Parts: sequence; C-alpha cells; structure tokens
Amino acid sequence: MHRADYVIKRIAFALITVFVAITINFILFRALPGSAVSNFSRAPHASPELRATLTHEFGLDQPLWKQYVLYLDQLIVHRNMGVSFADNQPVTTELAGKLKNTLGMVFVGTLFAIVIGIVTGFVSAWRRSGVVDHVSTNTAIVFYALPTQFIGMMLIFLFAKYLPTAGMRNEVNTFFSGGSTWSSIKDIGLHMMLPAITLALTLFGEYTLVVRSAMLETLGEDYVLTARAKGLPQRRIVVSHALRNAMLPIVTLVALSLGFIVAGAILVEIVFSWPGIGQAVYEAVATRDYPMLQGAFLVLTLSVVFFNFIADLLYFKLDPRITE
Amino acid sequence: MKTVEPAIAEGTALEARPSKGGSPVVQVLRERKSALLGLFIVGFFVLVAVIGPSLAPYSPNVPSGPVYAAPSAHHVLGTDGSGVDVLSEMMYGGRTSLIVGFAAALVAMIVGGGIGVLAGYSGGATDVGLMRMTDYFLVIPDLVLMIVIATVFGPSLSHVILVIGLLLWTTTARIVRSQVKSIRERVYVRRARSLGASHRRIVVQHILPQVAPLLIATTVLTIAYAIFDESALAFLGVGVPGISWGTMLEHAFERTAMTEGAWWAFVPPGLAIGLVVIGCYLMGQAIEDALNPRLRVAHLSIRTWRVRSPQTVTDELAKDEAG
Repeated sequence: MHRADYVIKRIAFALITVFVAITINFILFRALPGSAVSNFSRAPHASPELRATLTHEFGLDQPLWKQYVLYLDQLIVHRNMGVSFADNQPVTTELAGKLKNTLGMVFVGTLFAIVIGIVTGFVSAWRRSGVVDHVSTNTAIVFYALPTQFIGMMLIFLFAKYLPTAGMRNEVNTFFSGGSTWSSIKDIGLHMMLPAITLALTLFGEYTLVVRSAMLETLGEDYVLTARAKGLPQRRIVVSHALRNAMLPIVTLVALSLGFIVAGAILVEIVFSWPGIGQAVYEAVATRDYPMLQGAFLVLTLSVVFFNFIADLLYFKLDPRITE
Repeated sequence: MKTVEPAIAEGTALEARPSKGGSPVVQVLRERKSALLGLFIVGFFVLVAVIGPSLAPYSPNVPSGPVYAAPSAHHVLGTDGSGVDVLSEMMYGGRTSLIVGFAAALVAMIVGGGIGVLAGYSGGATDVGLMRMTDYFLVIPDLVLMIVIATVFGPSLSHVILVIGLLLWTTTARIVRSQVKSIRERVYVRRARSLGASHRRIVVQHILPQVAPLLIATTVLTIAYAIFDESALAFLGVGVPGISWGTMLEHAFERTAMTEGAWWAFVPPGLAIGLVVIGCYLMGQAIEDALNPRLRVAHLSIRTWRVRSPQTVTDELAKDEAG
C-alpha cells in the first residue's frame, strides 16, 4: 500500500466517523419525550420571532427525514447548532470560547503527565524488579485507579490555602485571548495549576506503565544485545537504542489518548469550575439545555476523531512498516 | 520456532504447564499472588455489599448526628453534609455501586461476546460489517455519550446499567473476535465440522469453552471501568437515584466538604472505588497473563488498550491470521 492510499483511507475513516457521530447526535435528541419544537426552541424568554426562526431553520415541525437533512445543512453549511437555553446565544460561538479554555488546560496537564510518565517509566524499566520499580509501578497503578473527581477534591482539600481552587477570575479572561500583561498570565497560570495537576495525576499512571513495558520490550531486542556485544557504553545503548525505539508506542498512546483526555477533562472542569466544554456539559445537563448538550457532544467527538486521525498519521510517519 | 503464531492458538499457557492439580482458577491464584490480593479486595467489598446493610449502624438516608461531625465512637467515619452516618452510607452505597459495576460488565460481556463470536465465526461480510461498526463506536468518547444518553432518557438504576454496559462492549468484541477467528481454523474444529457438527454445536462445544477464560478476564476489567463510569455519571447528577459511592462523592463536593475540612465525607468512597478498581485490575491482569504471557495487552492498562487505534488492532489481527 502506498502512502497516499493510507492517508486517504484514514481520512475516509475519520469522515465516516464524524458522520456516524452527527447521526447518533440527531437520533438521540429526537428520541426525547415531547415535540422537537418545544425541545429545541423553548429557550426561556425567547421572543416568538426567535422561536419561529429556529423552527424554520431546523424544520422542527417537518417530518423526521426532512429535519435530518436540515440539521446536516445547518450544521455543515451554516455552522449553526441552535441557540443555548441559558442565554439565547448561538451554541457555536459559546462552545468556541470554551473549547479554547479546555484545550489550554488539557495541553498543560497532558504535558505534565507525559514528563512524569516517561521519567518514572524509564527509571522503572532501568531498575527493573528493584525497589524503585515497585514503588513507581504501584504508585502509578494507585493514581490510575482513583476516580478523577476524587483526586481533584483531595487537591482542593490539601491546597485550598495556597492556590486558587475555582475557575478563572472571570470568564471573559480566556486562555489564549486573555490579554498579554504579565499579571494576567500569572493569574491564568495560578488558576490552571490545580486542574492541570489533577489531570496529570489521573493520566501519568497509564503512561508510566506503557513506557516501562515498551522499554522492557526494546531492551530485550536483538539489536540491543548486538549493541552490548559491540561494547557500546550502557548509557548510549539505553538512550539511543532502547529509548528511541520505545518512543513509538508512547507517541501514539499520547496522541490517541488526547481526544479522550478532552472528554475526561469534564470531571476536572466541574471540580474546579474551569470554564471549558466540560463545565458547559455539566450546566447543560443540570438545566436540560439540549442544544448546548448536543453541540458539546459533537465538539468533543470531533476532537477525538481529529486526534485519532493525527495519531494514525504520526504512527505511519514513525513506523512505515505498518503498510507493508 | 513459532514466532508468528500466537501462543494462544496452541492452547492456553495453563494447559501447557504441568498441572499441579486443581481447577485453572486455583492454579492462577497459586501462581500469582497479585491475583489473590485482587480477589481478596473484591471479595471483601462484595461481602460488605451483601451483609453490610444489615450491619449498618444507622439509616443511610436519615440524619443521625450533626452536620460534618468528625469520626468518633458513635460515628466511626463521621457524618456527611446532611448529618447522615458515612459508614452506613458506605455500606448501602457499595451495594449500588457494585450492582452497577457487575451488571453493566455482564451486559458488556453478553453484547461484546455475542458480536465477537458472530463476527469471528461467520467471517466474510458479517465480520467486516460488525468490526467496522465496532471501530466507530471505539472512537466516540464513551463518557460523553453516556452523559448524553443518561440525560435524554432520565436517570434510573436500569438506565445507568444499560448505558454503561452498552458502551463498554467494544473491546470485548474485538478480543473475542480475534480469538474465535484463530480457534475456528484449528484442526479439531475443522474435524468436527467435517463430521457434520452443526454451527451451534461447534460454537457451544468447541469455541465458547476456549474463549471463556479470556472473556472472563476482559469482563473483570470491565467491572472496574463500569464502577468508574458510574461515579462519573453520578458526579454530573445523572447517576443512580439513591445512594452509591459516586453520589457520595457528588454530595460531598456539592456541600464543599473539602473546604470544610470534612475529609471523612469523600475519602472513604474515593478510596473504596480506587480499591475495587485495583482489585479488578489485578485479577484481570493475572488471568490474562496466565492465559497467555505473550498476549501483552495485560502489561498495558485497561484504558490504553481501549484507545489503541483501529488500524493498529487490525494490523495485529492480520498478523494473527497470517500465523
């Protein structure tokens, strides 16, 4: 198989997945009790005009198949996901701002997790079956097993006196657009500490175990034995022979899990009232704000599909053997 | 040297090892101390879930002391934000959490096992179709879809079980399918077929017993996952009505137990969930390791193994089939 074929295949897979997700999204929310008209245009304080516009745009009083076609049309052509019940604002604009906040926090948290995971996993494999290995592997498993919200609550309990534990100073102050002054950066950084650390603590265990097993696997390969037989220094064997090859599963794992991390960040965001997509999901669930929930689900699924696609390409780049 | 052929195709490692007697379960436990530890942890919580409610000192719903009373002789684990005894809540709540965990894992086992066997045994278009469907489900984020479904259909015990179970079957389906595919081509199955055995007989008599241990290992890991998801759903307010470990965490969070310094309101449910997850993980890992030391999924964690790209999995399956 050629490179182009592979890329085309992966693009096709990603597009079909997006389509499946959109369809599930449509069906689920049309299965709601009550009529579509009342479910999607019953925004409180909505003017009759707004209601009429929504009903017309999404064909809420039309037969189901027509609604589906209109839904696709509005979503893809007009980037219209309806109007949030909370404040009558378009869902698309609201989610765009929140996605930035989520991505910022997830990025920092994942980075922490990768660093801790690689260091502990590497040390574990290096000192295999020793005390360090046991301590590091068992710590990894414990953090891996604890519920995300529990870790977050423990951090609030322990660090509430020293670090801010709830959201950002104001919601306008988004991660990437929040001004360039030093104090603003410091403010965001401080607020991001606990959420990012929580995320890192829930994630690093998995990375530790994977890095460790990937390292052990490459250390057992013939080329490592050859390197040893050649009399290469230990350090060089481990770093340029074993670690380099062990990076393959690590890189893909990180890229693959990134999408799921965005989704899993929901719990972290709720605990620290971080104004991201997860918080939006939480509020939408509490107020039965269906258009918002529908939009958030779609955005989260799209991000997973996107990161999956990137992971596939990355895997291909790192290991061309997969197409042979 | 059989390098390409997976060891599992040549019979399980348990069969290959000289038997010291006893059932395979006993052998796994004898050889892996971690499995014993896992069994002990899970067994303990199951026991508490069964007999706990009759031992509980107070009602799990009615306040029996002041709000956030520290642990004392009267309230061994203190009281929560509405004055309810935490120990009693733990005992009743454990029952709900474990019921959700086990029942959802059972649903996932039946659906995943069924689809896996059907796809692996039929092959051809059925196989391709079912596996494509699994690929798509694998990519859609479970937790978010669970939240959406639970919100749309309203929270109840059976809804939560079904929602979790019906979204956790994908991994089981993949694993079962690849094993059924290799068993189907073994000599004894071919012989049975040429002797005129029906499909039903081949599946029930020859294939299911071979797949069963792996299916059980996967299901044990799924229990851990389901309990995790239950607590997440509860945290968003779309969990089981009534008391569970997940709702206990949610209540403690809502009533700001963290800043009140009332650690006893959230540490017990959090640790209990963590312990059960570790118990299931140790058990599942040990069974998998014992079955096939070369299978390697066991070295990774449950989540890792869930997020492997469909392409990677397909490649591995292709390798399996080549062997």
